[in-house]
Amino acid sequence: MLDVKEIQTIEHDVVVVGAGGAGIRAAIECAKQGMNTGMISKSLLGKAHTVMAEGGMAAALGNVDSRDNWKIHFRDTMRGGKFLNQWRMAELHAKQAPDRVRELEDMGAVFDRTEDGLISQRNFGGHRYPRLAHVGDRTGLEMIRTLQDFCIHQGIATHMECIALDILKNNGKVSGLVAYWRETGRFIIFKAKAIIFATGGAGRAWSVTSNSWEYTGDGLAMAYRAGAELMDLEFTQFHPTGMIWPPSVKGILVTEGVRGEGGVLLNNKNERFMFNYIPKKFASETADTIEEADRWLGGDKEARRPPELLTRDVVAKAIMNEVKEGRGSKNGGAYLDIASRQSAEYIKKKLPSMYHQFKELAEIDITKEPMEVGPTLHYFMGGIKVDHETQSTNVPGLYACGECAAGLHGANRLGGNSLSDLLVFGKLSGNYASKYCQENQLEPNNEQEVENIIRKATNILNKEEGKNPFLIHEDLQKIMNNHVGIVREEKELFEGIEKIKALKVDIRQVKAHSASQYNPGWNAAIDLSNIIIASEAVAKSALIREESRGGHTRLDFPDETEKGLEYNVIVKKGTDGVMETRKEMRSTPPEHLSKIAFSSLKELEGNNE
Amino acid sequence: MNKRRFSVWKGDSQEGKLHDYSIEVDKGMVVLDVIHKIQKLHDSDLAARWNCKAGKCGSCSVEINGKPKLGCMTRLNEYEEDEVIIIHPIKTFPIIKDLVTDVSWNYEQNKKIAPFKPRERDADGNHRFMQRDVDRIQEFRKCIECYLCQNVCHVLRDHDKKNKFVGPRFMLRLASLEMHPLDTEDRIEDIKNEYGAGMCNITRCCTDVCPEHIQITDNAIIPLKERVVDQYYDPFIKLYNKIFKRNK
Repeated sequence: MLDVKEIQTIEHDVVVVGAGGAGIRAAIECAKQGMNTGMISKSLLGKAHTVMAEGGMAAALGNVDSRDNWKIHFRDTMRGGKFLNQWRMAELHAKQAPDRVRELEDMGAVFDRTEDGLISQRNFGGHRYPRLAHVGDRTGLEMIRTLQDFCIHQGIATHMECIALDILKNNGKVSGLVAYWRETGRFIIFKAKAIIFATGGAGRAWSVTSNSWEYTGDGLAMAYRAGAELMDLEFTQFHPTGMIWPPSVKGILVTEGVRGEGGVLLNNKNERFMFNYIPKKFASETADTIEEADRWLGGDKEARRPPELLTRDVVAKAIMNEVKEGRGSKNGGAYLDIASRQSAEYIKKKLPSMYHQFKELAEIDITKEPMEVGPTLHYFMGGIKVDHETQSTNVPGLYACGECAAGLHGANRLGGNSLSDLLVFGKLSGNYASKYCQENQLEPNNEQEVENIIRKATNILNKEEGKNPFLIHEDLQKIMNNHVGIVREEKELFEGIEKIKALKVDIRQVKAHSASQYNPGWNAAIDLSNIIIASEAVAKSALIREESRGGHTRLDFPDETEKGLEYNVIVKKGTDGVMETRKEMRSTPPEHLSKIAFSSLKELEGNNE
Repeated sequence: MNKRRFSVWKGDSQEGKLHDYSIEVDKGMVVLDVIHKIQKLHDSDLAARWNCKAGKCGSCSVEINGKPKLGCMTRLNEYEEDEVIIIHPIKTFPIIKDLVTDVSWNYEQNKKIAPFKPRERDADGNHRFMQRDVDRIQEFRKCIECYLCQNVCHVLRDHDKKNKFVGPRFMLRLASLEMHPLDTEDRIEDIKNEYGAGMCNITRCCTDVCPEHIQITDNAIIPLKERVVDQYYDPFIKLYNKIFKRNK
């Protein structure tokens, strides 16, 4: 018999789930507010997916171009997100990002410098001015290591390779969490007043993805099971430039920084095809000749930006179309050329890990020849629905920040806005979760609930026979690639949803062999119960948004509609246990913000009040 | 696709042995792909760490045919086609299971190091320093904490002097702090006494295995040793300290 009292139990005020940029920043804030803080992570500390962020962290410091300010950053973010962003979150983000960057420097981060010795900033897609504070092309590593080295001195209890199974609630409020240690396979119960999810997205649901094994939508699924609402999940970002050859590296990210540093996209006719894909909305701010684009690269402030730096959704779809019309590269993508644009020395200084990555994994020298790239599932704009001010969910005591939270990015995220998102909303969620702890008592955990959660996990091992979790995961990836890919349509989505339903039956029959101690088969089987929920939520959300906007493209509804701007798609677990989707009307945008978003650049430049 | 032979160590802290597999391989495959294939088709409980699969997180450190490497950055075509590829866990740290080792000792070392203590910002709220002043520590900060350097360091691997030396990874971290233009903390005394700079006898094994090609020995460890020497063994400074710092 299972005796809950025998299970290891730890008490904290706040438990942060996830130790990427958002999780660590949230934990640091909780500790600063005097909370007894615990942080759990699927992997070892410092290995989270944040290390993969390459290009930089967007903040209107104005170090490289003094015309920049928070209003223009806000305007860029809204335009990039096709105005579906939560206005207040985009405002908070643009206003607070510069302070979060400076704070990171005070924690020890060493950003690249301008000639005046200030933090240097680089160009990136969708950002009007050079705005990304960066360290070569390994900015994410710099961020996570800096936060890691800082947080170990803040009195935070870090529980590594400790994987959350489900939230515990009492009287409708958060009371704790059940998790297991990867190393021993043993269970652990956390008692906590508040929980902050910083668990990332669910990119592993697709076969071509830049995401690591951890990205199985755990936070989304746990929040869903606990009654929290999910939002905007139809918006999945396919990064336009992932590696496509050799097959084993398909999907690995090639930073947008390559284009920021002057790299151009070419088809098999050696044409810079992006000039043919400039959306009307961006036409007035985008160069329409190679000559003008090259002047911009040369530093001419009057020249408009090259079309390679349009937002990710636009570039990804352009590459898809070139391939479809027979102008794709040898292995079915596009060529990304930096070799003919910058000196070998410059490339190695500014893009060292790209140089390294292509040299070692594809035997290609990017200072001499072009790379081959194609779209890869990279990021979830949608996630857990949070309050715009406090990052709280509709479950009292549950907070979310970073990629697993929805709102900031709307229908499409700008590159560089993720790292700043992590810090801005990591800090805010930590702050408000701490406030919540000061105003609320610890609730006792419900032992029956604990037992149910543990039984669900151990059942996977205690079976005579069953299905292979890795093969089921591959089936899911195929379904998502084929039915919920870059371009979607009703019939495909319907079929996809049916296949996901059928796969749920298989998942109930999954079996892991051997014991629970450090057992990847068992770990993968548990993850399946989360990733399937995230996948179903994406597919169902995609089905009811009958328009194309940002990271959501429908073949049967190819245009953006005015109606589409009036609602967000919400996913919630129904009382009968069936997943419900609905359209929720959005409130009218605050007047002062809508004025900024629709101002001309001239009206905003140099005006930083 | 053709088949290749692999031999993977499986076991726990008590005992273990090599298991042979014949695996179909594809163009461009790396060792980590093979581990995943074994998990998928043969041994779903084969324990191994990985995250980014792009040489950026430093999780998948193993020993391949005796050489410490990242599984994700080691292509199969580095080896002869009929060669058996043998995959072992890294040797210097205790085994948890199969290819997974207990690297927690490293995290403990990091905690011992006095944290970064920045000087005040300039009046306008910015810090200023020149790129050339940080080129050197930016090299150190490329470290992905794969611990391959810790794994090959003789002091840790062969002599097990983990109580005397923090290892190359943390000498590198100390160098990145000591040479940081904003840092105001002094760690030289601890580098000599606590972290064991004197233990390193400059065989450069750590530098040889660094997947980020960081010049750990020449650019980090040797300059730290020199700073220790300057402070403790320079006769003039010694005399100065004796006279002026006696009552400190």
